[in-house]
Amino acid sequence: MSPGAPRGGRFDTRLEARRRAGVRFMWLCRLAVAFGVASLVVLLVSLAADGLPALSFEFLTSYPSRFPERAGIRSAILGSAWMLALVAVMSFPLGVGAALYLEEYAPTNRFTTLLKTNIANLASVPSIVYGILGLAVFVRFLALERSLLAGAATLSLLVLPIVNIAAREAIRAVPDSLREAAYALGATRWQAIRHHVLPAAMPGILSGTILGLSRAGGETAPLLIIGALTFIAFDPLSPMDPFTALPIQIFNWTTDPRGEFHALAAGAIVVLLGVLLMMNAAAILIRNRFER
Amino acid sequence: MRKSEPGSASRVGERLIGALLFSSGALSIVATVGIVVVLLTESLGFFAEVSPVEFLAGTRWSPDLVPRSFGILPLVNGTLLVAGGAALIALPVGLATAIYLSEFASIRTKRTVKPALEILAGIPTVVYGYFAVTLVTPVLRTLFPGVGVFNAASAAIVVGIMILPMVSSLSEDALSAVPGSLREAAYGVGATRFEVATRIVVPAGLPGIAASFILAISRAIAETIVVTLAAGATPGMTLDLLQSVQTMTAYIVQVSLGDAPSGSIEYRTLFAVGLLLFLITLALNLLSQRMTTRFRESFR
Repeated sequence: MSPGAPRGGRFDTRLEARRRAGVRFMWLCRLAVAFGVASLVVLLVSLAADGLPALSFEFLTSYPSRFPERAGIRSAILGSAWMLALVAVMSFPLGVGAALYLEEYAPTNRFTTLLKTNIANLASVPSIVYGILGLAVFVRFLALERSLLAGAATLSLLVLPIVNIAAREAIRAVPDSLREAAYALGATRWQAIRHHVLPAAMPGILSGTILGLSRAGGETAPLLIIGALTFIAFDPLSPMDPFTALPIQIFNWTTDPRGEFHALAAGAIVVLLGVLLMMNAAAILIRNRFER
Repeated sequence: MRKSEPGSASRVGERLIGALLFSSGALSIVATVGIVVVLLTESLGFFAEVSPVEFLAGTRWSPDLVPRSFGILPLVNGTLLVAGGAALIALPVGLATAIYLSEFASIRTKRTVKPALEILAGIPTVVYGYFAVTLVTPVLRTLFPGVGVFNAASAAIVVGIMILPMVSSLSEDALSAVPGSLREAAYGVGATRFEVATRIVVPAGLPGIAASFILAISRAIAETIVVTLAAGATPGMTLDLLQSVQTMTAYIVQVSLGDAPSGSIEYRTLFAVGLLLFLITLALNLLSQRMTTRFRESFR
């Protein structure tokens, strides 16, 4: 490859004309940047305009209802909270465990390469395919029905590669001198990991996990596929209970053809985005605070 | 400091922990095998009743209306129409954004634009779906009378905005990875900034840019919620962006909302369509990975 090989004929000898072409091009690029930023501004402003008036104490503490003025997101908030807690419990140990194996234990062989390639590919499998897997395995085959557990297991599979990749990066960034110092004092491999590698890598692992969880908190498609679009007017009390979640409730209200529920959807979006943005901010703070 | 006894007990413990960590790693293989097995077994049941030729080459998709017909091309058409429309927006705008950020922007501009794009990338798809239904579709309907409540254009525009940050950030990574020596050499022979950007940096970063394009298109093809909410559920062979279409993903949602019993042909179509979607996105992702590797190697 020879990047930028001279192309005769297209070269203009008048410097002024070439400069003008550059300026025109730069303005086109600026326009493109403005398009992206403007999209974000329009999105946020229209959401705030539609959603903020819908927010009230009653909205947060009422169950969904056929009547827009009485409907709220209590069961959706509780369902999402349950979901995030369960996903965290499942994906954190598994994702970090696999990361420790790959970075600290795995020999350099074809199986390890296969594992790494496989995880990279899993990270780009469409979320709807995870939903299909969850429907066939968790909902039907394991007969978990449309429970919180089935939903959380599905989302955990989706989040695992994200947690794993972040954890591996954090573990890789721990200098070998730490491990060698521990070994020199007679520590076993696990002792070196437990007392030195893990604490040093923890901020990175935690921030990656939070980012993974914030992804799980906004996922809609896998939950729709496993059949979570149901009317839930009670509090979920155990992992085996049926559930709704904020993205599901938003989807449901957005499909309302007459638009009476659109303001409620916007209100729920404001709540959801608020939580997700706080999680992302927390992840960034943790990373920056401990990064040295 | 903890005490450590180098006895057999701790050695067993070490082995146990190693085995536990290995099994959590091996779970990723189980997940992959699970996806493939689930998609294949149920699809095989489907293909026992419908010939693969009819499925892949048929132009009528009517899984529940008699006479039934299982030609997937209308769904593929819907998917490509929306993904194509989205690419038309996201690829040029994303690349131009990347060029600007990498070659022209001041550090201050970068510091405001990059977080904005990151926020855009972190917004859940259902929010984009809401945006399409409540803002983009009404605007389109005022501009073009005769546009339906559901139309491909609204979905394409919003999916385009959704994948824009992916194109811009991955392309910018590719452009930033082009060695400064190439730029300096070009400046040395009298090139302007514009010429350096478009004739040196972009061609050199092309494999990386292509990788970002492919990944973004793959993401658009897999996108589910925006197309379900905005494009509707009318499978058809139209290329008209102003009409309602159904994508593969929207069909999968439709079936799973409809409570089809296990073992029925409708339940199985879900897996056959899912399998095709999985294969298409997998192929695109592998292609994108190969281009990224090639790109990295070209500057080693």
